Amino acid sequence: MPSIIAVKNLRKTFGTFTAVDGISFTVQKAECFGLLGPNGAGKTSTIRMLYGYSPASDGELYLFDQLINNDWRTVKNRIGVCQQEDNLDPDLSIRDNLLTYARYFNLSKSGARQITDRLLKFFALENRAKTNIRELSGGMKRRLVLARSLINQPDLLILDEPTTGLDPQSRHQVWERLEELKNAGLTILLTTHYMEEASRLCDRLVIMNQGRILVEGRPQELIQHYVGREVIEISPPSPKLLSYLKNHGLRFENLGQRLVIHNQADAGLFTLLTELFGDLRCTLRPATLEDVFLHLTGRELRE
Amino acid sequence: MMRDFSISSRWVRVWQRNFSVYRHTWKISFLPPLLEPLFYLAAFGIGLSSLVNSFSYRGQEIAYLPFIAPALLAITIMYNAFFETSYASFVRMYYQKTFDAMLATPLTIEEVITGEIVWAATKAGIAALLMQSVISLWGLVHYPEGLLLLPLAALGGLAFAAIGMVFTALVPNIETFNLPIFLFITPMFLFSGTFFPLQNLPTWAQWLAQIFPLTHLTILIRACALGRPELSLLWSLAYLMAFFLLTYPLALRGMRKRLIK
Ligand SMILES: Nc1ncnc2c1ncn2[C@@H]1O[C@H](COP(=O)(O)OP(=O)(O)OP(=O)(O)O)[C@@H](O)[C@H]1O
Ligand SMILES: [Mg+2]
Repeated sequence: MPSIIAVKNLRKTFGTFTAVDGISFTVQKAECFGLLGPNGAGKTSTIRMLYGYSPASDGELYLFDQLINNDWRTVKNRIGVCQQEDNLDPDLSIRDNLLTYARYFNLSKSGARQITDRLLKFFALENRAKTNIRELSGGMKRRLVLARSLINQPDLLILDEPTTGLDPQSRHQVWERLEELKNAGLTILLTTHYMEEASRLCDRLVIMNQGRILVEGRPQELIQHYVGREVIEISPPSPKLLSYLKNHGLRFENLGQRLVIHNQADAGLFTLLTELFGDLRCTLRPATLEDVFLHLTGRELRE
Repeated sequence: MMRDFSISSRWVRVWQRNFSVYRHTWKISFLPPLLEPLFYLAAFGIGLSSLVNSFSYRGQEIAYLPFIAPALLAITIMYNAFFETSYASFVRMYYQKTFDAMLATPLTIEEVITGEIVWAATKAGIAALLMQSVISLWGLVHYPEGLLLLPLAALGGLAFAAIGMVFTALVPNIETFNLPIFLFITPMFLFSGTFFPLQNLPTWAQWLAQIFPLTHLTILIRACALGRPELSLLWSLAYLMAFFLLTYPLALRGMRKRLIK
C-alpha cells in the first residue's frame, strides 16, 4: 500500500527549544489522519514541515513515497493547505481570492475559472462571489479558505484547525464537505481541538504532547483502551464517597469539583453508587475521545 | 550568492496579484502623481521662482522650474517604490499574512519577494509616467531624450524597492519604519541635489550626497529631461545598478531569515 506521508524521527527546534521531538507516523492513501494535542504540542510546527514551509531540523520526510530534501516545487503542486491563521487576501473579492491563488499554481485561466466555480458551489459561496473578504462571517471565511486549499485539486489536504471559531452549524457543514472529499478518495491530515470532529472524521490519529507522540490509533480503539465504554461522573464528590471508592480499591480521577471513573470493571458500579450516594450527583455517559485526551495529556492549562 | 536562491519566472504571479489589486483602486492611485506636480508647479513656479533667479547648473544657465521638475519625478519614484516595499509589503506580510498563504503554494520566498520588488518598481514607473505627462504639458521635458525617463524610473524603482524590502526584513514593527524614513529618506529628499544644486553644499556634504541613490537618479533624470546627455552620467547609472545588485540579494536573504523559521 503506498503511503502519502511517512515521517521518521522528525524534529523541529527553535534555538534551544524543541517544538517537535522526534515523531514518526505514516498516513495511507484516502485516509483521514488526525494530529491532536494541547496548545503548543507542536502540531502546527509539524504541519509546516510537511508542506515545505519550514525546514525540518532532523529526521526523514517522505511524501507520495518520495524522500523530500529540497525539491519542494513539484510536491507542493500536489498539496492543499489550510493554515491555522486566516490569511485570505483582504484586498480581493471571494472569487478573485480563488482565481489569484490558482495563478500561484500556474493554472490556466480557463482551468482556474472552472474549478473556482465548482468550489464556490461546493462550499455554498456562489452567491457571494463578488463580496469583499472583510464583509464575510467567520464561517464563510473558513469555507473559503477550504475552497482555496482545494484549488490545485490536491492529492493531500492538510488542515490546521479548519473549524476553530465556527458555530455548530458551520462546523457541521464543513464536516459534511470533508466527509464527501474523503469518500472521493482524498487523503487528509487534520489538526483540531474538537474531539468530536476528530472522532467523526479521523480514521486514525495521534495525540501529541510537548513535541512527542503519546499514542496512535483509531478513535474508537483508543477510547475503548484508555477509558472503556462508559464514564461515571460524580460532582461534587462527598468525603464519604471518596473513602468508599478508596476502600474498595476503585481507580478514579479526582478533579476537586468533579470526580470521574474510567474503565469500570463492574458494569453494576453506577447503579450501586447511585443507590448508596443518591442519584443527583452521579451520571453515567458514553466515553469520548475527550476523556482519552484529558487522561493522556493531563488537565493543567498550557501556555 | 544568487545561486543559493530559488527563483523561477513564477514571481510574475506575485506581481500579477498586486497589479490586480492596483487595478481595482486605480482611480485613487492615479490621483497623486497627476495632482502632485500641479501643486509643486504652482508653489515653485508661481511662488518661489520669482525669488530664485536662474543659476548655473553643470555649466549652463537654468531657471528654477526646469531645475526642480525632474527632481520631482525622481522623488516620486523614490517614494512610490520605497513605500510599497516598506509599509505596504509589511502590511501584506505581517497583518494580512499574504506571504504565508503564498508559501503554501509552489511559490518560494525568493519569488514572493522578487514579485513584490518588481511590482513596487512598476508602481513607481506608472506614477512617474503620469507625472511626466503632466510636466511635459508645461514643456519641462525635452524629447526624444525624455523617452529614457521610463527605463530610468524602472531602474530607480528597483533600487528603492530593494532597499525598502531590506528594511522590511529588519524592522520589528511597522512604527520602526519611521527610523529609516527620518534618517535616510528625508535627508535624501532634501540633500540629493533635488531642490538646490549640490555645489551649494560644503564639499564634505557633496561627497556624502554621492552615497544617496536619489542623487544619482536625480542627475540622470534631470539630464534626460533637459536633453543634456554627458559621459559622466554613466557613473550615476552604474551606481544605481550596483546599488540594486547589492540590496536585492540582501532583501532576499533578510526576508528568508525573517519568514522561514
Ligand atoms: N517561530 C518560532 N520560534 C520559536 N518558537 C516557536 C516558533 N513557532 C512555534 N514555536 C513554539 O513551538 C511550540 C509548538 O508550537 P505549535 O504552533 O507547533 O503548537 P500547536 O500544537 O500548533 O499549538 P496550537 O494548538 O496552539 O495551535 C510552542 O511552544 C511555540 O511557542
Ligand atoms: Mg497550531
